Amino acid sequence: MGLAKEHEIHNRRFGRNLGVGLALAFLVALVFGLTVVKVKVLDPEIAAKEVRQ
Amino acid sequence: MTDTSVLEHDKEAGFGDYVALLKPRVMSLVVFTALVGLLVAPVDVHPVVGFASILFIAIGAGASGALNMWYDADIDRIMNRTRGRPVPAGKVTAEEAFAIGIALSGMAVVMLALAANIIAAALLAFTIFFYAVVYTIWLKRWTPQNIVIGGAAGAFPPMIGWAAATSGISMESALMFALIFMWTPPHFWALALFMKDDYSNAGVPMLTVTHGRRVTRNHILAYTILLAPVALGLGMTSIAGPVYMIAAVAMNLWFVKGALEIQRRDEVQAEADGYRTEKAFFRFSLYYLFLHFGMLLIEATLRGFGIGGW
Repeated sequence: MGLAKEHEIHNRRFGRNLGVGLALAFLVALVFGLTVVKVKVLDPEIAAKEVRQ
Repeated sequence: MTDTSVLEHDKEAGFGDYVALLKPRVMSLVVFTALVGLLVAPVDVHPVVGFASILFIAIGAGASGALNMWYDADIDRIMNRTRGRPVPAGKVTAEEAFAIGIALSGMAVVMLALAANIIAAALLAFTIFFYAVVYTIWLKRWTPQNIVIGGAAGAFPPMIGWAAATSGISMESALMFALIFMWTPPHFWALALFMKDDYSNAGVPMLTVTHGRRVTRNHILAYTILLAPVALGLGMTSIAGPVYMIAAVAMNLWFVKGALEIQRRDEVQAEADGYRTEKAFFRFSLYYLFLHFGMLLIEATLRGFGIGGW
């Protein structure tokens, strides 16, 4: 077996890393989305200021 | 690399094995009931906040599932139903399950507090503690009422969803809790009647093992009768209406009828037809819960159009 040859285990590890990576990326996007919503939509002061402008 | 070291890797976990630690099927029920709790509340929740709340409630529930698999690895190895779980199958170590459970619990509670409010987060923390410590560690192996107590943990999600929307607890959310709480024992005891040997082999004191199958049949009937007023009482509250009420009356009559049949049978009759009545009752119990919460959702949708409700 040559060193370059992919064993099934490498696919499985890649799948695991990809899964964790995507989950973390999703979490970052969600926290960003929450921040935008909390600040721009749900904070009455900031929302009111934007309407005045 | 030798051939044996390749074989050892066959047990290395894939991403799916870690997902399995979170008990995705239990999670789907949690997502559904928590979502109903959040949507029927008389407060509008921003979709992003609502989505995040449900997600973190689900992750919290999943985390308590991982803690359960960490602690119960020894009995999961014995029962057919649980033998394929990641820890007994040797894919994930018990320590890893514990670490994931603790980490995700903390993350879910903190994030729910930030996304929704501290009341919902406190309820989620209590639910995780209740399921992982009170149920799994203290009571499951000690009392035949384990199912009743475990049911409380499963009953919290709609209450957490409601709290995420309203920052509080109310008659409505307490009755949604009570509905799942009273529903769990007949649901699981019906399962225990036809999954006979599993629990006794594992030494878990199921009611069927400790007090016999006659007592279990009587208990199923008693809890089913007590469940009906809870379901109908929920129908009197502000979140229900005629649609819910009609469905609830029909389903509860059917459920009590099923429980009566189970109570009237003995083991000889049950063996003879392969536990047909018990299996049918168990299957119906799934629809029972799904439809009660589904009807609440329909009532909430109808209220959006100015119809429905009392």
